[in-house]
Amino acid sequence: MSFFGFGQTADIEIVFDDADKRKVAEVKTDDGKKEKLLLYYDGETVSGRVNVTLRKPGSKLEHQGIKVELIGQIELFYDRGNHHEFISLVKELARPGDLLQHTSYPFEFANVEKPYEVYTGANVRLRYFLRATIVRRLTDVIKEVDIAVHTLCSYPDVLNSIKMEVGIEDCLHIEFEYNKSKYHLKDVIVGKIYFLLVRIKIKHMEISIIKRETTGSGPNTFTENETVAKYEIMDGAPVRGESIPIRVFLAGYDLTPTMRDINNKFSVRYYLNLVLMDTEDRRYFKQQEVTLWRKSDKSRLPLHNPHHPQNLTSGSPLRQLSASSEENSARGVSPTIPESALQRSVSPPMPNIETHNGPTQMEQEEPDLLPTKLANTHIQHNETENPDIANDKPVEQPKVAEKPLDKPQLEEPIAEKVPEKPQISEKPSIATKAAVEKPIAEKIAVAEKPLLAEKPLLAEKPQVAEKPTIAEKPVLSRPESVEAAPSQ
Amino acid sequence: MMAEDTTADATRRLNVKKQTLDDAYAAPANFLEIDVVNPVTMGVGKKRYTDYEVRMRTNLPVFKVKESSVRRRYSDFEWLRNELERDSKIVVPPLPGKALKRQLPFRGDDGIFEEEFIEDRRKGLEVFINKIAGHPLAQNERCLHMFLQDPTIDKSYVPGKIRNT
Repeated sequence: MSFFGFGQTADIEIVFDDADKRKVAEVKTDDGKKEKLLLYYDGETVSGRVNVTLRKPGSKLEHQGIKVELIGQIELFYDRGNHHEFISLVKELARPGDLLQHTSYPFEFANVEKPYEVYTGANVRLRYFLRATIVRRLTDVIKEVDIAVHTLCSYPDVLNSIKMEVGIEDCLHIEFEYNKSKYHLKDVIVGKIYFLLVRIKIKHMEISIIKRETTGSGPNTFTENETVAKYEIMDGAPVRGESIPIRVFLAGYDLTPTMRDINNKFSVRYYLNLVLMDTEDRRYFKQQEVTLWRKSDKSRLPLHNPHHPQNLTSGSPLRQLSASSEENSARGVSPTIPESALQRSVSPPMPNIETHNGPTQMEQEEPDLLPTKLANTHIQHNETENPDIANDKPVEQPKVAEKPLDKPQLEEPIAEKVPEKPQISEKPSIATKAAVEKPIAEKIAVAEKPLLAEKPLLAEKPQVAEKPTIAEKPVLSRPESVEAAPSQ
Repeated sequence: MMAEDTTADATRRLNVKKQTLDDAYAAPANFLEIDVVNPVTMGVGKKRYTDYEVRMRTNLPVFKVKESSVRRRYSDFEWLRNELERDSKIVVPPLPGKALKRQLPFRGDDGIFEEEFIEDRRKGLEVFINKIAGHPLAQNERCLHMFLQDPTIDKSYVPGKIRNT
């Protein structure tokens, strides 16, 4: 009975236990703003109260049931309305009936698995939220409150550095080194670029961090590249034998951990992009993937809400199914277990997290992936159409089936150098594979269509099809078709 | 926290190979200078044309001759551009304009032999040839080498790539 504002209605408020003691995390919302949300980790209990306040005290509220749900969902923006829920837990708070006064219902989702970290990106959003619903005949009263979830990793301090020699035959040979292949979000990238051969006129060199978000699969794959950071590391023309140091502090940038194949829906990967620019504004670049991970802080979580001691002690997270049993129905009374009963700080079950988010999976990926990756690395001889525009999008595309010139001839001299690089702990596994000599010597002469830069003052004819692309199709000679070719 | 204790270690520079003094003070390996200078209008009457001196100095090993000077006219530049467009994978920069309007009769000025026009064209050609010659992919094209270093352009040459030995 709620026509035109007559009749009773209610407001719902969701409050969390230990809200004052729990950490908050800043999460980006749909409209780009940042909001602070309570931070939970995998395996932690999510508990609190649902407070229902009647708008018109004295009048009763008829309803068909009150429930609270904990939902983890992935939202793909190109498929609006299609939300994929990977976590869906329900607790019935009240059976159909009448509410005569303001009521508060406690709820608890014990030891909830939260396998993925929250993420808001260009084409996808992963979020966790609680939704309290008062079911009514015509319109439900709903309240949703988001929570933040972080996934933590723990990698040993073993330095698996990335060291590679790349170049364009007879024009530019460099050796670059980054001190690690996996960095935590507050880490420092320390590296260096060593020039072995410089036959082009270099103007400057910069390094940037690129975030690549891939959503969907098959024909519906969308890739979004974002340059998260850009940093000039050298100004001027280097000669042979010079080493340029790199030091990039990651804490200053808005980064997330690397996410691979989250629920088979999306991935977020990070790449270090080294770009050299010559005096004619041609860009030569090298992209290298790095793994970012979230390290746990020393200051761990405060005490858990000591509900149901048996749940805390059990190792395996229990998935609570929706049940309308007696014990789950509404209680107007707070639990009687005193606070002092179980004073125990439960640290997030890290081992569980690792299996969920797959750091072990990442580790396994590495040895297999690395040789293929090295085999495909190269310097892209690439140019920008308009120096101004170039900075906005990382146009360079790393995927190339290019034909290096004289590859067989070049591999000999460089391959011999493999044993000289003992600091790369991963290399031994690769060097033993006799077939893979070439990862070290990446000589690329790229069969592609780099554009010569047009200074804005010069061009009478703005070359619109300015997509510097790699022509895997050798017949490609018209800029227009080049434009069509590069798909993200 | 862990990181703070060893910040110095965490951000220490990586070991660096020291550069030899020879490398540091040697002439740079990327020396390439091309000038387009000395426009001269040749011929008489209707058969006049302007050509320019294209002077190159380099130490790049890909060029067999380290210093060269040849005379080229606008149509030679057009020829080079067409060859590169067809054969190489690069998108070739544009030439300065063809100025067809200037070639029409009944102009008040000297048309394509106007000093200011020639100077503008000279500058444009210089920018053009420098952009191309510095391009690693263009440096492999035989047409570029012929343009820069052969006294005359043999338009019936066999297009191809130069292999660096």
